[in-house]
Amino acid sequence: MSMSLLLRDVGYGICYNAERIAKVVLFRCSMCGQCILRSTGFVCPMRCPKQMRNGPCGGPTGGMCEVYRDRKCIWVRIYKRNRFFGQLPKTERRMTPLDWELWESAAWLNVVTKKITLSGESRRTKEEFQD
Amino acid sequence: MAGYLSKLEALLKTRQFVVCAELEPPQSANAEAIYRKMKYYRGVVDAINVTDSASAVVRMSSLAVSTMLVREGLEPVLQMTCRDRNRIALQGDILGAAGLGVRNVLCLTGDHQTLGDHPSAKGVFDLDACNFLRMVRRMRDDKRFFSGGEIKTEPRLFIGAGANPFAEPFEWRVRHLAKKIDAGAEFVQTQCIFDLERFDKYMEQIRAEGIHERVFIIAGISPAKSARPLEYMKEHVSGLMIPDALIARMKQAHDPQAEGIAVALEIIAHVRQTPGIRGVHLMPLKWASVIPTIVKEAGLLPRPVVDVTAHPVANA
Ligand code: SF4
Repeated sequence: MSMSLLLRDVGYGICYNAERIAKVVLFRCSMCGQCILRSTGFVCPMRCPKQMRNGPCGGPTGGMCEVYRDRKCIWVRIYKRNRFFGQLPKTERRMTPLDWELWESAAWLNVVTKKITLSGESRRTKEEFQD
Repeated sequence: MAGYLSKLEALLKTRQFVVCAELEPPQSANAEAIYRKMKYYRGVVDAINVTDSASAVVRMSSLAVSTMLVREGLEPVLQMTCRDRNRIALQGDILGAAGLGVRNVLCLTGDHQTLGDHPSAKGVFDLDACNFLRMVRRMRDDKRFFSGGEIKTEPRLFIGAGANPFAEPFEWRVRHLAKKIDAGAEFVQTQCIFDLERFDKYMEQIRAEGIHERVFIIAGISPAKSARPLEYMKEHVSGLMIPDALIARMKQAHDPQAEGIAVALEIIAHVRQTPGIRGVHLMPLKWASVIPTIVKEAGLLPRPVVDVTAHPVANA
């Protein structure tokens, strides 16, 4: 492996892990590589057992998740957060489908390398899906 | 005149009050059981929803059962969930369904696998219902696969979504439905209605936002044989609102079956009076044989006849 490639890999590793440490600790991030925390009131929607990115399923009862009944539904939390901060319109726009190829990659770098938009959606999927 | 995609679409667009009912495929390879059940639906309902391993319990595939219905001259609404299939499999099944003569599809996210009989299964959830709807709509209207690739013969399906007025966050449910309509839904079927107060509030909000003018809303009704299934659902099924008064009423009844029918008829009468509701969708709790009685008692017989088969679209 050439020196520059090695440096690139090490650099990537540093970025990836820095993001990972910060976001996993703060937001219980899943490293989906296409971060939409900004429009979900900094509650990570990938913690939803169905990984819903476009609002709740039909399941939440008493505010609790249909799968983990001792946990609050992620989307009830997102809703409350966004309502509190007057950001509800952000949840009304449909997010483009996930690009699973970006899974476990560094979203911050993906923004810089233009793999995802500032809003956190995969540019490739947006193009394919014409979103 | 533009052709109709399905009988269900034709009835809704000609302002008829529609009747749908759910058919649960068997937990075995016994096709005989399905043919036997058909008599409860034929001439009684306009379209038959075929569930896709609902509650994550394995059943005969909804596409297979829908095909049997098509062959018998009945009209299925093929239910499809994102739980078991990724975007590749979903698109393949959409093409197959259209090829086999299915004309309606209901796009759902699906119940989580841990709630069913195979809790150790891997859930797929590649797409959510919103994006699933958009994908199917694009396949039909733009003749494009998810990837953008061209589809030569597009799947001509009437596209539906689910809506739940009874799950939280309540205030947001209407906006969430609007998102599904923007994504591609042309009709919606609601979760079963027991709590009329909550239902009325939801419909008020629907009308205030003009949503009923953008989509056909079909109200879900679940007739129960006794208090037992209601109690079970209240305990184990999420996203439902079953008033205690209703359970008490069923418990006190001398003839619980007759009471169950009476309750269903009351709810049907209520939703028919509700502006913005364009039909009912019966989801009997292990009680398919009650369908003809309810439709008849509700004064919804005979069902209007539409000849969609005479249409060039359906013949294609
Ligand atoms: S209840 Fe909420 S957190 Fe649980 S699966 Fe549904 S949307 Fe996700």
